Amino acid sequence: MSIPDNHPPEAAEPGDEQDSLRREAQARWRAAYEATPRRDGSFETMSGVPLAGVHGDPPFPGEYPYTRGIYPSMYRSRLWTMRLFAGMGTAADTNRRFKKLLEAGSTGLSTAFDMPTLMGRDSDDPWAVGEVGRAGVAVDTIADMEDLFAGIDLGDVSTSMTINGPANIVMAMYIVTGERGGTHRSRLSGTIQNDILKEYQAQKEYIFPPRPSVRLVTDLIRFTTAEMPRWHPVSISGYHIREAGSTAAQELAFTLANGFAYVEAAMAAGLDVDDFAGRLSFFFNSHIDFFEEIGKFRAARRIWARWMRDRYGARKERSLQLRFHTQTAGVSLTAQQPEVNVARVATQALAAVLGGTQSLHTDSYDEALALPTEKAARIALRTQQVLAHETGAASVADPLGGSAFVEWMTDEMERRATEVFDHLDKLGEGSILEGVYEGIANGYFVGEIADSAYRFEREVNAGRRIIVGVNAYTEGDDGDTPILHIDEDTEGRQLHRLAEVRRRRDGAAVTDALERLAAGAADPTLNLMEPIIDCVRVETTEGEIVSTLEGVFGTYTEPAIV
Amino acid sequence: MTATAETHAGPDQPVRVVLAKLGLDGHDRGLKVVARMLRDAGLEVIYLGLRQTTESVLRAVEQEDADVIGLSIHNGGHMTLAPRMVEAVRAAGMDVPVVVGGIVPEVDLGPLQEAGVFAVLGPGASAADVARTVRAAAAGRA
Repeated sequence: MSIPDNHPPEAAEPGDEQDSLRREAQARWRAAYEATPRRDGSFETMSGVPLAGVHGDPPFPGEYPYTRGIYPSMYRSRLWTMRLFAGMGTAADTNRRFKKLLEAGSTGLSTAFDMPTLMGRDSDDPWAVGEVGRAGVAVDTIADMEDLFAGIDLGDVSTSMTINGPANIVMAMYIVTGERGGTHRSRLSGTIQNDILKEYQAQKEYIFPPRPSVRLVTDLIRFTTAEMPRWHPVSISGYHIREAGSTAAQELAFTLANGFAYVEAAMAAGLDVDDFAGRLSFFFNSHIDFFEEIGKFRAARRIWARWMRDRYGARKERSLQLRFHTQTAGVSLTAQQPEVNVARVATQALAAVLGGTQSLHTDSYDEALALPTEKAARIALRTQQVLAHETGAASVADPLGGSAFVEWMTDEMERRATEVFDHLDKLGEGSILEGVYEGIANGYFVGEIADSAYRFEREVNAGRRIIVGVNAYTEGDDGDTPILHIDEDTEGRQLHRLAEVRRRRDGAAVTDALERLAAGAADPTLNLMEPIIDCVRVETTEGEIVSTLEGVFGTYTEPAIV
Repeated sequence: MTATAETHAGPDQPVRVVLAKLGLDGHDRGLKVVARMLRDAGLEVIYLGLRQTTESVLRAVEQEDADVIGLSIHNGGHMTLAPRMVEAVRAAGMDVPVVVGGIVPEVDLGPLQEAGVFAVLGPGASAADVARTVRAAAAGRA
């Protein structure tokens, strides 16, 4: 059964009561669909067969519980955002890469920071030696942020910033950069990852203990709710949980549980759920097990809608709609015969599109070897363009909906996730937030993830799971893929830049701003965003702000559990 | 790395290996998998985990009487961190081989070996490769 569009492929069949309900649903969908804009595109097959906007059974895309997608028209109105993550060397180096990506047709910027920046350490900190500008861009002060976005109109682009522990500081730097370039914070558009819970569970880029960290997350949610209507203050991320070794179902369950935890924290801070829930977004991994991934994406939307409505009392439609970014699975890329990774990435990207993603990063084929070369990054973007414009995958919303297998897989993902929610709910005595804190403290998350990672590794080792080029079909690995080399002088240039800022700035103003920040941190009812913005304005370094907060909040150390 | 007759691991004694990540890099999936692989292969693993320094690794080697140091590096910092560990071992007058695991481009393999790193295990190394390499390091054989 399909719903006639401008070119009706088939007439509705006459019939019983069920048919009349279906016709009602179809009419509802059609009205919603027609209210949406249409992008350029023919929406017919290569052979000229006209295609309906959706096929199959209600609830249709755009309808609760959104299993089939959050918009009635999905990619007929707008393709997903093709967002490629980039960052390396100094801010000026990354700025050049950004401009090239924009020229190549990328529609959003995505920033990777280097490890010292992610950990709240300045480039001249002893812990930073050897890591400055290596796995991303080094940002110490507002001066670096201004270099990073030089010549780019921040009112024009949507920017994603992947940072967690120091998210509030980097957000403050972006706000001040916008201001100085003439774009008020209310016009800034983008996402900051700011998902600290998964750091304790998987990625391990934590700074402070969990509770004060969640306060910082909540501060940013409150701040953007009041002042930045186009900003997504948290990107609740399963990506890193999966990369750390979890299964698809664990990724789904832990990520949504973290989402519920932030909802509970923000509500406890006095926000109305409908005032902020629509700003939360998600970030999932798309791994190589095609149908499992599609089931995972569809289940995520359904679970979120049900929980937001039934458990947290959200009423606005937008609060119930799970929006997500997807990145293909870095961990699935092989160092052996790396060109083959192009096929893996294309398959994973297709799963994300068929699963209804709102934006997508495709990995470059050489990423098991080093950061991507420009050529490899371009092929990754081109892969998305092939999917968008050549394959027809963007013509029909939820094209796999109604497949017995895909619907079963969706149900199965939901069932497995529900078992985890029940466990956390019990641990937290009726609070998912407390359950997550407890699961971090007792090693539940890291233990579950490590078990799954080890099981996978043993299957590969035993040959029960074939990975092409690794444990099968190994001939042809010539090992001469060109890779990106980071300028060895990056660290020196960044240290010079930082020293210059430290010399020229007003030291007394920095001390003042830090003292006000420390006082604010000690009062949990205060929002720390404005005091942090004040610090940033006077060129306080990220490391100085972090140390000041550590003085109040303490520092988290993970128990070494294997 | 030269062979040492004094290695603690005789044929009857399990090889003892300290596993750590130096610096800020938080990618610990590989190190945790390697820890379990080595345990399953009958080695004794002293798992230090994240955010270690050359000093904390040396301390553990001394206290635990370890035969091998296993460093996991996934952030491109291997050319700085691995030689620094080797230097620290030498400066402390110890003779404990350093094995590196992680993403290391082929062009860096030679220089790392020259800097005194015993072996580098890349992505895709099997459990058998890992155990064999660590045992060979303990026995001082290439």
